Amino acid sequence: MTFLGMPAASLTGGNLDGEQPFPEAARLSVGNAQLRRNLGAATHTIRGKRAAVVSELPDWQELRAAGAAIKDDVLANLERYLLQLEQQVTARGGTVHWARDAQEANRIVTDLVKATGASEVVKVKSMATQEIGLNEALEQAGIEAFETDLAELIVQLGHDKPSHILVPAIHRNRSEIREIFLREMPDVDPALTDVPAALAEAARGHLRRKFLTAEVAISGANFAVAETGTLAVVESEGNGRMCLTLPKTLITVMGIEKLVPTWRDLEVFLQLLPRSSTGERMNPYTSMWTGAVEGQQFHLVLLDNGRTATLADPQGRSALRCIRCSACLNVCPVYERAGGHAYGSVYPGPIGAVLSPQLTGVDRNPSLPYASTLCGACYDVCPVAIDIPSMLVHLRARVVDDKREQHRLPSPEQAAMAAASWTMRDSRRWTRALRAVRLSKPLRGWRLLPPPLSSWISSRDLPAAPAQSFRDWWTEREKSRDE
Amino acid sequence: MSDVTATARAEILDRIRRATSDRPSPQPIVRNYRTAGTTEADVELFVDRLVDYRATVHRGTPDQIEAILAARGIAQVIVPDGFDQSWLPTIGQLREPLGITELDSAAGVVTTCAVAVAETGTIVLDAGPGQGRRALSLIPDYHLVVVRAEQILASVPDAIAVLDPTRPLTWISGPSATSDIELKRVEGVHGPRTLDVLLLT
Ligand code: SF4
Repeated sequence: MTFLGMPAASLTGGNLDGEQPFPEAARLSVGNAQLRRNLGAATHTIRGKRAAVVSELPDWQELRAAGAAIKDDVLANLERYLLQLEQQVTARGGTVHWARDAQEANRIVTDLVKATGASEVVKVKSMATQEIGLNEALEQAGIEAFETDLAELIVQLGHDKPSHILVPAIHRNRSEIREIFLREMPDVDPALTDVPAALAEAARGHLRRKFLTAEVAISGANFAVAETGTLAVVESEGNGRMCLTLPKTLITVMGIEKLVPTWRDLEVFLQLLPRSSTGERMNPYTSMWTGAVEGQQFHLVLLDNGRTATLADPQGRSALRCIRCSACLNVCPVYERAGGHAYGSVYPGPIGAVLSPQLTGVDRNPSLPYASTLCGACYDVCPVAIDIPSMLVHLRARVVDDKREQHRLPSPEQAAMAAASWTMRDSRRWTRALRAVRLSKPLRGWRLLPPPLSSWISSRDLPAAPAQSFRDWWTEREKSRDE
Repeated sequence: MSDVTATARAEILDRIRRATSDRPSPQPIVRNYRTAGTTEADVELFVDRLVDYRATVHRGTPDQIEAILAARGIAQVIVPDGFDQSWLPTIGQLREPLGITELDSAAGVVTTCAVAVAETGTIVLDAGPGQGRRALSLIPDYHLVVVRAEQILASVPDAIAVLDPTRPLTWISGPSATSDIELKRVEGVHGPRTLDVLLLT
């Protein structure tokens, strides 16, 4: 299937695909017992916390539906909202830059840093800057980038790659972290223990000078309000506040889909995001600023990098609703076994399986849409109700079509998947199939998967399927509204 | 705007127009969740949430401020402009203008706040009188916030309804914390490691 009028996702640079296809990379990590133990413990803990705080809110499903509708409004009117944001930020003393791809964004940021004369920058955890490989680009230009989020610091000092959106060092346990700190922090106390509080203290000491002397900070943004030009960063440790407040120059890199139309819309997302992501009622710190404040210089870099290509597919564009909470990772049986690195992209897990191939074009990530059991747990927890399972089926069809177009003969696996996708494209049949999986226990649906995915799925480890799926809830809600 | 960024801008906007040439018509935004003004603020809930975040909550009157500081061993404190002087009759005060080094060596800071959210245990600062610029409540390791009971609102929508987005806002829910090591919550990384709240009753 070809999407007419669809801009090609021609990407240059960035971290959206790996060296190995998913099944091979996954086979390696599934064999790593330590990684699986760390991941299993972490995802179970966070899953429980999320469920508890979500159940406290009587209006969770209403918030979720509103969140989805707000984001769909953003996507439907993206041009208007981006121009509004640009106008507001500019009117309040900020400068807005536009970047078509990773390379362009990296060049803009590098030039901005160079213009300040700084040779170091402090960074707040940001998916967008990881996606474009900004640290590597800065390094090539002789600028040292210091990650200040504890997990990012662990990853950076360990010469490692992040494996989870929210807890990038989720694959490391405390004793591994201690070893990394002892090896890589020049001023660390050699008697450092592996107690989490002691490790956090070591990070505080290590970064304090940097914060107080940095001239330039680089951040991402969780939300940008078109109506007011307000940007929001949600965090826990205070490293975000340090970076956003102290340096004279602040450069924020943001995907063009991170918008919300109005200030009021934040009342929805500030409830959805913390509960879905860290499983807290509210994260310790949220900073919001509009334009250049308190004497700072402010630059906003708006990044496309495959987002417009994603927007062009009517059945795939809702992946751009994603607020990067990572709830879908934590419930995914495939993520839990394979780990984040296997996905080869900075976006792992269910959202990565639908977002990365769309950002890069399916030809560069053809195995990711298969990295799922279609169990539907991701859809049920997603705070903006992205129907990831249906989208995966749709993307599998795109992969098969893409291969066919390139005159490659489809493998038997692809042929089977194409047939399966064809049936699943009928949304009623698909809904029925999903419901059948939900209601039956043991969940036989998994067996339909191509190897090696089928062999990972042992029914006893599966998260209990919720009694009512979002799709069912939505249908009922619509019904009762009609009555 | 440079030529390059103007070209990039035009091209991205053009891509967006082409990508949405099917004219998507999304579902209307229905705000049938608990909007501003639909729930009662619950002070006990606010206190419970703060305690859950390991903040220390005191209740009483402004004349307790110096005793709370003394109990923390703080003899000199940063006082933002607009903070009621009569609340601090004897303690040593650090006043603006303050440099980074002075902020870093200060033992603590006292501030008021703009609003608070009971349901999430959140206190919002908006750099208004008694709060100062953002660095004041960030760099010192100790922060005492004075909250008036009528500033406590029920929920996030209530706070959004009264806050001014053009002011720099800091939403604080407990002391600085991380869960990055095996998802164990550890209080205190870069922001103030101790948060005391005085609730004026
Ligand atoms: S897809 Fe949904 S659940 Fe997954 S990270 Fe994005 S918003 Fe969260």
